[in-house]
Amino acid sequence: MHPPLEWYLLFSGALFTIGLIGVLVRRHVLVIFMSVELMLNACNVALAAFGRYLNIIDAQEFVVFVVAVAAAEAAIGLAIILAFARHKNTIDVGEMTILKE
Amino acid sequence: MVSTFFSVKGRSEPLITIIAAGSVALSFLLSILVFLQVGSGTHLDWNLYTWIDSGNFDISIGFYVDELAAIMLLVVTGVSLLVHIYSRGYMHGDPGYYRFFAYLPLFTFSMLMLVLANNFLQLYFFWEAVGLCSYLLIGFWYERPSASFAALKAFLVNRVGDFGFGLGVIFTFVTFGTLSYASVFERADTASTSVLTAITLLLFMGAMGKSAQWPLHVWLPDAMEGPTPVSALIHAATMVTAGVYMVARANPLFEAAQGTLTIVAVVGLVTALLGATIGIVQNDIKRVMAYSTISQLGYMFFALGIGAYVSAIFHLFTHAFFKALLFLGAGSVMHAMNGETDMQKMGGLRSYMPHTFATLTIGGLALAGVPPLAGFWSKDEILGTAFIDHKYWIYALGTLASFFTAFYITRLIALTFLGSPRFDEHEIHPHESPSVMTIPLWVLAALSVVAGFVGVPPENGFIHSFLSGVFEHGEEAAHAGGFSAEVLVLMAVATLVAIAGILLALGVYYWQIPSLNPKVWGERLSFVYRLLWNKYYFDDLYDVWFVRSTKALGNALWFVDSEGVDGAVNGVAKGVSTSSTLLRKIQTGFVGNYALMICIGMVLVVAYLFFQR
Repeated sequence: MHPPLEWYLLFSGALFTIGLIGVLVRRHVLVIFMSVELMLNACNVALAAFGRYLNIIDAQEFVVFVVAVAAAEAAIGLAIILAFARHKNTIDVGEMTILKE
Repeated sequence: MVSTFFSVKGRSEPLITIIAAGSVALSFLLSILVFLQVGSGTHLDWNLYTWIDSGNFDISIGFYVDELAAIMLLVVTGVSLLVHIYSRGYMHGDPGYYRFFAYLPLFTFSMLMLVLANNFLQLYFFWEAVGLCSYLLIGFWYERPSASFAALKAFLVNRVGDFGFGLGVIFTFVTFGTLSYASVFERADTASTSVLTAITLLLFMGAMGKSAQWPLHVWLPDAMEGPTPVSALIHAATMVTAGVYMVARANPLFEAAQGTLTIVAVVGLVTALLGATIGIVQNDIKRVMAYSTISQLGYMFFALGIGAYVSAIFHLFTHAFFKALLFLGAGSVMHAMNGETDMQKMGGLRSYMPHTFATLTIGGLALAGVPPLAGFWSKDEILGTAFIDHKYWIYALGTLASFFTAFYITRLIALTFLGSPRFDEHEIHPHESPSVMTIPLWVLAALSVVAGFVGVPPENGFIHSFLSGVFEHGEEAAHAGGFSAEVLVLMAVATLVAIAGILLALGVYYWQIPSLNPKVWGERLSFVYRLLWNKYYFDDLYDVWFVRSTKALGNALWFVDSEGVDGAVNGVAKGVSTSSTLLRKIQTGFVGNYALMICIGMVLVVAYLFFQR
């Protein structure tokens, strides 16, 4: 017997929330980045669950798509963070405030 | 009209004059033609151009020409022409020459359109237009503060009257549904007496303002700040007579509202006495004439009020000539005396300026009402009608005013021309004026002599039969004309009164009889003297009542504007500035904060959508 769908969704929601809180609270740039990835994967879980339980083949297709996008985004994002962190000589987001008015 | 636009700075004086005077001369010739045509029975009521046509309300610019209009045309164009010619000499060399000859024909145009109007709106429009020209011309020498204030005063007092006039026009439309003379006069009987009384009273208010009747007389003496030709044309012969013309023109309305006519007569009489008494003590030569004009206009309104319409117009006709003559003569004196107007500094000018002396004396005698000059016939007719109607008190008061009239004008002539000079003959060299100025004087003098004969014999002369068609309801028809015994006695009395006034003035000022020394009498009657010298304190009264309260109101409103309105505007700006300073603090630069805000926003949106169901 497969577990009920709701469990998967709850699990996905929990992952998402943890990722969100990570983005908001942590100060290490890489940790924030990891939290973003976590959020993305949480969505993937939800998508896959729906695809399996409601027999929507397109959803599983979409999961692969999302993974590819996440990978690309990771590459670009890391490049930007690296450049900026080197410039500022810090990895603390609190010190990266050049957008301040 | 053409001359107004043609006369701009830089054109040569002679050219400006020719165009302006030429166009007026042309108008004058046309007026003669009109007069002849109307005399043979042709009338005109013709719409030139429909201006507004909306539902019930249609207004056109049109012309209504009957005998009354014809006479007015002659007076307006004739005197205007003479004034234009005279001004060539008087205003020669003035830097504002071009402006003067722009405003003067503009005025003539407005006055003519006023007289020729065939509906009340056109009348009102050009009523205002002549008021405007009066303002422009009184304040002609605008660099003089007294002139600017005088012009403003004239316009404002006029406006008070025009307010009433405007209401009257509106009422007329509301009552009759139309504003054209022909239609309104036809239906004059259909309205109730109280409505007609209201309308006519309001219209008369306008006449009071325009024609300087008490209590709106205060602007005319101050209007003497303007150049003397202006005083002659506007404030003697034409604009101020617009009120008289209006009442005469609207006589079907006024006849149906006898109450108003009584008020008109009373106001006229009061004004006649007011003007005459103040004129006795004035020392400024033009102000004496201004008060004289006020007084004579009072006579005209008084005549209208007792139903003697033809007499009123007759007096308007003769008065235009001799009053214009007097003013132009005064201008000639001022021209010779370097602009001096104080009679106490004149004297003995008879030998220096014979033409001016002669013509001015003729004008003065005409004003005083000495037969056979013009003023005698017209003034006597008015007083005679009063007497024959058993209004003895009115007759007495009017005759008293005549006495004062003779007195003050003789005083003027004595102080100015007779006796020995009271000025330094080495400093001021009076000379006779150039012929461009003296010829109009002689023309007007001649008219002052003969113009009266259009009304002879009394009540039965040419002018009476000429105007009889216009005034169907007037009182004239009731009186038999001609030289009856009663009339002859009245004429004799009037003549004696005039001569008495002349003799008294000569005694005081020329022969200087010791018992009649003016200074001594001034002391004895000091209360009366002060009352007259201060013009019965009307100017001061108005200052306290109206001027100060309006100024205070103005200041208060200015305060509201600068604090309240400006405060609000500035406050808004300040508010924006403050709030922006506060909002700026959101931009911390810290990405985490931004992310938080995105989340919060998202939560709110989801919650809203969720709970919207």
